[in-house]
Amino acid sequence: MNAAPKHATFRTMFSIAGVFAVVVLALAAQPAPKQSASSVKERYLSPIEMAFSHDGRLLFVVCQDSDEVRVLDVQSGKIIRNVAVGHLPRAIAVAPDGKRLYITNAWSDSVSVIDTTSFEVIQTLPTGSEPTGVVADRDGAFLYVANRLSSDVSVIDLKTGQESKRLAAGQGASYLALSPDGRSIYCTHVYPNRGPVRTTPESEITVIDTASQRVVERKALHNVAGTFHVALSQDGKLGVVAQLRPKNLIPLAHVEHGWVFGDSLTLFGSDVGGTVQIPIDELDRYYALPWGIAIAPDKSKIFVTTAGSQSVTVLDVARLLKTVHARQKAFTNDLSASAEYVVSRISVGQNPRGILLSLDGNRLYVANRLDDTISVIDPKTDQLVSTIDLGGPKNIDPLRRGERLFYTAGFAFQGQFGCSNCHIDSTIDGLEWDLEPDGFGKDIVDNRLLENLAGTEPFKWNGGNPDMPTECGPRTEKFFFRSRSFNQQQLTDLVTYVYSLPYRPNRYRLANEELSPAQERGKAIFERTKTKAGAPIANENQCGYCHSGPKYTNQQQVNVGTGKPTDRSPVVDVPQLSNVAYSAPYLHDGSARSMEEIWTVFNPTDTHGVTNDLTKDELNDLIEYLKTL
Amino acid sequence: MKTKLFFAVSVVLLAVSMARAQQMPLFRWENFTTANGLPDNHVYCVLVDGNRIWTGTDNGLGLFENGKWKVFRPADGLAHQAVLSLALDKATGDLWAGTMGGLSRISAGRIDTFTQLNSGLSNDIVYGVGVQGDYVWTATAAGASRYNTRTNQWALFNERNTPMFEIWVYAVSPAADKVYYAVWGGGVLEYDQNTERWKDYNDPDGETEMVVMKDQGLIHEITTSVSYVDKILWVATYFGASRYDGRYWHNFLQKDSGLPSNFLSQIKGVDANRAWFSTDKGLAYYDGTNWAVYRPALDTHKPEMYVRNASGDVKNIPVQTAPSHNYILAVDFQGDDIWVATAHGLSHGIRQKESVSIAKVFSTEQTRPKK
Repeated sequence: MNAAPKHATFRTMFSIAGVFAVVVLALAAQPAPKQSASSVKERYLSPIEMAFSHDGRLLFVVCQDSDEVRVLDVQSGKIIRNVAVGHLPRAIAVAPDGKRLYITNAWSDSVSVIDTTSFEVIQTLPTGSEPTGVVADRDGAFLYVANRLSSDVSVIDLKTGQESKRLAAGQGASYLALSPDGRSIYCTHVYPNRGPVRTTPESEITVIDTASQRVVERKALHNVAGTFHVALSQDGKLGVVAQLRPKNLIPLAHVEHGWVFGDSLTLFGSDVGGTVQIPIDELDRYYALPWGIAIAPDKSKIFVTTAGSQSVTVLDVARLLKTVHARQKAFTNDLSASAEYVVSRISVGQNPRGILLSLDGNRLYVANRLDDTISVIDPKTDQLVSTIDLGGPKNIDPLRRGERLFYTAGFAFQGQFGCSNCHIDSTIDGLEWDLEPDGFGKDIVDNRLLENLAGTEPFKWNGGNPDMPTECGPRTEKFFFRSRSFNQQQLTDLVTYVYSLPYRPNRYRLANEELSPAQERGKAIFERTKTKAGAPIANENQCGYCHSGPKYTNQQQVNVGTGKPTDRSPVVDVPQLSNVAYSAPYLHDGSARSMEEIWTVFNPTDTHGVTNDLTKDELNDLIEYLKTL
Repeated sequence: MKTKLFFAVSVVLLAVSMARAQQMPLFRWENFTTANGLPDNHVYCVLVDGNRIWTGTDNGLGLFENGKWKVFRPADGLAHQAVLSLALDKATGDLWAGTMGGLSRISAGRIDTFTQLNSGLSNDIVYGVGVQGDYVWTATAAGASRYNTRTNQWALFNERNTPMFEIWVYAVSPAADKVYYAVWGGGVLEYDQNTERWKDYNDPDGETEMVVMKDQGLIHEITTSVSYVDKILWVATYFGASRYDGRYWHNFLQKDSGLPSNFLSQIKGVDANRAWFSTDKGLAYYDGTNWAVYRPALDTHKPEMYVRNASGDVKNIPVQTAPSHNYILAVDFQGDDIWVATAHGLSHGIRQKESVSIAKVFSTEQTRPKK
């Protein structure tokens, strides 16, 4: 009995010391946002994808941050041309006759068509929202573009330059691959398809028949959220998809058990029959964020960039297929399996993304996005041969340092994951997580956008973290990574990077910056002070009261009746609404799967704004306005 | 010379057209019920996509392909088991299903569902659906909706922004220039795609079931189906049918046409002159002049087909098969074949090589009393 007060005293002292440490660390990292804004921002290249010219002499490198394609002479290793394209280029395809390059511009919603003789942009083709992956069909008649934000695939008639149709893909459609026979196109997705809340994430490989230009199959990927590149062997019998298997239905307290993300591949095609998921991690070491895929022409090896681990993982295909055929049951979670077929891990540069074999198969090229370099590997020996400097700025500024920290998994226990595992390409992951060690199943949280965060403090779903250093600092170390923490400089750099993330272009705003009639009507509803019956709406129950200011948040914490029995408190931080259209699902726990459900399902007594007097078309108008914010 | 040539060509074309018009199709009927795999015997709608036959029933969506049935129900993600309407996006191959609990998109096996709670859809009871370009138009129990598949934006049309004085909307027929809605109790609504303006067409007699001014307007306010083909609007009501060419109305009643009943669930135009009529007393075909009716006989339930010429003469045609029930709810075409949704089963009308020649049938033999 007497021991209790001593423990209490010790706990109190410990708590005070903890708070003191947090405050000191927070103060040390405070100037981050302003500091970054005032300093000169380096214009890095950030190479992300590559393609060879038909003769193999030129390597075209898509540089995401410099908005250009750099043309590299392979033999000399020199850059011979820079071609300016649209904003945030993401992918490249070469026309079957080699005369054109097609570059997707994610933030311009377009494809730049480059003439490979003059190296001029000769045409700009419109696409869906945030075009990413691109392939031309075998005849060079149609271009297929995966649109990440609109979650579809544009089919563009290259004769007319017009989009002839739009095919519904999965959520976050991003990467495409054409089968060697030209009959099929495979599409993968960075977000899971939208299913019921707190259920196993499901994704798909969307299969498009190029003859009918229709989606003919959706290969189900169970328990998969983020899928990245897809590639096919030259004989067309083996398909490979890089993917993440998140374990978001169980508490993150299981980091030390290796139970957060499974870095894996899905194999498909007649070599395996159906789809088979295989792990690439080891029992005590993870290879985070498998992203790019290359398959040796003789199908002897598969090369995978692991973007969070600064490495390339090499799999022996014969051994892999032997394992697949020998094992009767699913073995994706058996991390010991990788020892049977992973033959090499090759260290490369920072955040390796695109990976490409030379036409003769004798060299492997890896685009190191955060190094502005290309690693050249001998695929026979799996040895690094050389590193090509693409000519980016030599000074590594705080933003770049912060971005590297954001994209590395090096800080987490056994290298399991980094910030970008959940914030894919600095956005969201479309998942709900059980993050806090507050009891299993408590305080389920949805993932918020990271765009233009300055002025939206505090952070965390309940406003528990007063500033970004607290959000990214000790909390991350203790509850997420469970390993070494960021030092003060690193934390400052990371915060600088996070604060630097801008808004993506909003596609719902009209070109003339005016509002459509529906958006105007919605704005009036958002700003109304009286119900339709004429009764005054209390200040705190008007939309614009909490969602006020330039970011549409008053930065306060309120109870709007959206708490769940699993929440420790119903009080939530008022979220910013800027680009809210791109952050589904909604509410603090992701329980509203669409914006409509915020009010049709989760506002029965008008505690989250007065909406129950609205007709269905008025609610639609309100949503149309919110999408423009 | 040119005039003579033009005259000659016109005569030939007219002759060909008349010869075709005089041939009434003959079918061998194959019927499907739950006994051979149909999800449910009450079939609301049918849609042909090449060799794939989709059918909406009271208990599931059925797909007939390669001689086998596959069934989709809410457990598979379908919005509701009662599937009232179907539309195909011919560009993408996606199927849209209007149900008693929302709108579902079936795309290569994946089902996405839109409801009044999770989307901008006006109401969960989706009586009609149609696809035109990037838009999916729906007719619901609380007005009409238009969904933009590229932007995911919804537009709702109801009594507040259209001349829709009833919001119980039963069917939609969208085209590049016009979109027509059958409003149950509210006549027909027309949306002009260019001007974005609405116009309503109503029964000049009001809602009375008496026809005072035949051919001076829509036959009745209680419309159930619209079909806009070759710039001709065909309208089905519970009290007859109408054809509108943009200037003149022509109405069809049981008493003065080949319609077996004035109670119609669907009308489907083949072109400007030909149409199929789904009635509660059989399936009727109109070739612009003559009529043919296919059904189990109302009294004996034996297979029956009869034809009616322009003079109103009626002749029975001996047949061995008939649609599975008199109560016809909808049809769709598969080349020369026809698929028919009925109150008790789905029927496949397999077009026979021989046709029924009106001229031949009515040349010598005695005819039945006029219907």
